[in-house]
Amino acid sequence: MTSSVTRPPGQAADKSESAPSDALHTGTSDVRQLLTRNLRQSGIYVAFVAIIALFAILTDGVSLSPGNITNVLLQYSYILILAIGMVIVIVSGHIDLSVGSVVALTGATSAVLVIQHGMPWTVGVLAAIGVGLLVGLWQGFWVAYVGIPAFIVTLAGMLLFRGLTLQVLDNISLSPFPPDYQRMANGFLNGLLGGYGYDTFTLVIGALAVVGYAVSGFRTRVARIRYQQPVESFPLFVARVVGVGAVVMAFAWQLAHARGLPIVLIVLAVLILAYGITMKQSVFGRQVYAIGGNLSAAQLSGVNVKKVTFWIFVNMGVLSGVAGVIYSSRSNGAQPAAGNMFELDAIAAAFIGGAAVTGGVGTVVGAMVGGLIMAVMSNGMQLMGVDQSIQAVVKGLVLLLAVAFDVYNKRRAGAAR
Amino acid sequence: MDDHLLTMRSITKTFPGVKALQDVSLAVRRGEIHAICGENGAGKSTLMKVLSGVYPAGSYTGEILFDGNPCHFSGIRDSEHVGIVIIHQELALVPYLSVAENIFLGNERRGSNRLIDWNRTNAEAAQLLDSVGLRENPVTPVGQLGVGKQQLVEIAKALSKDVRLLILDEPTAALNDTDSEHLLDLLRRLKERGITSIIISHKLNEITSIADTTTVIRDGRTVETLDMRADEVTQERIIRGMVGRDLDSRFPERDSSPGEEVLRVEDWTVWHPTQDRKAVDGASLSVRAGEVVGIAGLMGAGRTELAMSIFGRSYGRDISGRLYKRGKEIRARSVSEAIANGLAYATEDRKKYGLNLIEDIRRNVSAAGLSKLSRYGWVNSHEETKVAEESRRSLNIKAPAVSSIVGKLSGGNQQKVVLSKWIFADPDILILDEPTRGIDVGAKYEIYTIINRLVAAGKAVIVISSELPELLGLCDRIYALSAGRITGELTAQQATQENLMELMTKERELDR
Repeated sequence: MTSSVTRPPGQAADKSESAPSDALHTGTSDVRQLLTRNLRQSGIYVAFVAIIALFAILTDGVSLSPGNITNVLLQYSYILILAIGMVIVIVSGHIDLSVGSVVALTGATSAVLVIQHGMPWTVGVLAAIGVGLLVGLWQGFWVAYVGIPAFIVTLAGMLLFRGLTLQVLDNISLSPFPPDYQRMANGFLNGLLGGYGYDTFTLVIGALAVVGYAVSGFRTRVARIRYQQPVESFPLFVARVVGVGAVVMAFAWQLAHARGLPIVLIVLAVLILAYGITMKQSVFGRQVYAIGGNLSAAQLSGVNVKKVTFWIFVNMGVLSGVAGVIYSSRSNGAQPAAGNMFELDAIAAAFIGGAAVTGGVGTVVGAMVGGLIMAVMSNGMQLMGVDQSIQAVVKGLVLLLAVAFDVYNKRRAGAAR
Repeated sequence: MDDHLLTMRSITKTFPGVKALQDVSLAVRRGEIHAICGENGAGKSTLMKVLSGVYPAGSYTGEILFDGNPCHFSGIRDSEHVGIVIIHQELALVPYLSVAENIFLGNERRGSNRLIDWNRTNAEAAQLLDSVGLRENPVTPVGQLGVGKQQLVEIAKALSKDVRLLILDEPTAALNDTDSEHLLDLLRRLKERGITSIIISHKLNEITSIADTTTVIRDGRTVETLDMRADEVTQERIIRGMVGRDLDSRFPERDSSPGEEVLRVEDWTVWHPTQDRKAVDGASLSVRAGEVVGIAGLMGAGRTELAMSIFGRSYGRDISGRLYKRGKEIRARSVSEAIANGLAYATEDRKKYGLNLIEDIRRNVSAAGLSKLSRYGWVNSHEETKVAEESRRSLNIKAPAVSSIVGKLSGGNQQKVVLSKWIFADPDILILDEPTRGIDVGAKYEIYTIINRLVAAGKAVIVISSELPELLGLCDRIYALSAGRITGELTAQQATQENLMELMTKERELDR
């Protein structure tokens, strides 16, 4: 198409056309942009830092001690894994209430095979993930292809899979797992490069992560410049890498002074990275956001809504299986009541992390921060010896306020239209 | 003065950027049936919303006299209080409640103990049903009744409120002929009982048979008021009042040189998804490369239904008919198949069906063409931004950047994003449903220019529009659609607003 647009008389040329190139390499404007661009997201980070600082003060620094940081990670790893799947479900405009029961069922399956029948730990892991897959296929079928609201399907699943857990376990707890199995959630990689009062290997991994972050950030930056898109000024870029690097290294330093690098942290990091990129860069991820943002428009743009919805639930099932393995490994056994209320923690993590109740908005990283906010609060209050009942009240209020903030934001955005 | 029940004088209602009503006057005599006619978007519904208080006093200028008294309604309750009841095209009944419960909803018949007196409720409901000629048990859930009977329940509900002025907005649009006839009979009987009615309708034969007076509205102004009893007013006479709109929008020049036939639709029939009627009935049409074909039709004629059912069966059920692309039969049973076959459909309701309003321009532009931007399922987001940036430039989308949220753009710019999306999908045939609805004149001109560019590039374009001048200014050929049927096909040279409107209001043959 070579013909140019002719404008009706009296209409001014588009002034904003040159705006993006003006914004190139201007440091001041993008600091502000960085802060205001996504208030919802940046607000969460600010809140996270504030909560960490608050509890560090309230507990005289105990909450930031090497041992405690390690503990928080181990204790909440399975919630974070569930939250990865949950945020995808929520972005697509659905909900999954069954994940707690699925954690119990998959853990129980594994325990029966490994503890009762003495099979190798790998068989237990694969079986648990396989059961999670089956659960996902089952729920995905009802939600996507029969069209029953996910709330109902997964509420039914919550009962169904809890019942099956009791059947599989014959109403008793199974314990203990062999050491190999326990290592998954409680083990550490340390001493591989020798220790000098701290674990060198952990620090090396931390350093590699920082280097990876810097390199990928730099490559994105180069690509953006090649495509003539605005980028932050170079000093700001360096400052960002140094800032993130400092936090990661401080974190690695603390871990190195405790027991080294937890194995679950590696599992978690791989999952966050994989799902974060999938949601941001894959066609599948785009389709999830499109469906959640406007289902009809997605459908009329050629998205196979049923298929995408189906795989979202299959994925949730598989991740519930992974969480089931981690939880059974962590608790060294399978109990009929395992995983109770986990679904609520995972849902809360996604919403506190900025996911929208109406779908279409939310990120994996946001859900992780949301989950960690809950984790740091619970842990901090435990350290302070706050009563369980008060803890529940505080967590409930935090969830309510987070969603109220989201609703308020949306109303403001709506008024601006 | 006293023989007028309702007088509306110099009503002017402005929406941001648009004058919906300008100095409109309406005088309804006591005990008459008064029809209001006009094209889609002429301002009929807006006028009725002003009258019923949906737009409260103060949001418009002009005065309303009801029964000689000036009225300042601040809500629909106020207008109902004096006896003005409006029945909308989309019925406002609760399907799971019984007929009696619906009739007295918000107006419950209570006993001395403040609880609902069910015996009285059902007995009074039965009387009201009798007076509208509906033989149904008052305890039947409304959802079990057909649309025609639901319409009667609505009227019974109005009667329960001691209605003095009954307003019916397109009451027969969804009814078959028997039900329509029944409804019109009822209106005549209500008239004998002294109830004044205003009826808004596109069906001119009904108007000529029932109305005592007809007011014609065009572009938010009163054109004329015709006394239907005095002189012999024909349908043609009303049509002349409804159209005759100035060709005020300018259209960019275009050389018309259509090539080979790109799409042919044969014997296309679509059933309404929930009701027992055909939304599209045996339609056949074709479009050639480099040609703009228009589809003209009034509200409810089945224009959008025709377009969406062709576009991957996204509307209706039991669709039958054949699609040919360049002479070869194609299958387009899903939207992705339709897109793969080079079809594109830009919806009339961009907010509801066209855009992800919470996302940015970039992701909306790429939504239908992600496969072109991805390899092995991974999107090249830099390429995506580049593509969006190109669209923004070439279509002149006024936004600070492609990362701007689409929901915050103006209507015209949103429409350009919708067009960008489909242009990027690179179709051979574009169906544009009301491409200029709700956007200002300048943006309209730009949309026309974009359409011309598409045609110049050899695309086939089908434009659906309620604005006849727009169709006349844009199209090489125009099909007229009435009640789901194609009632005529005119070339640009043959077509006038009058003969199009005649085809658009043409009676369907009675073969159901």
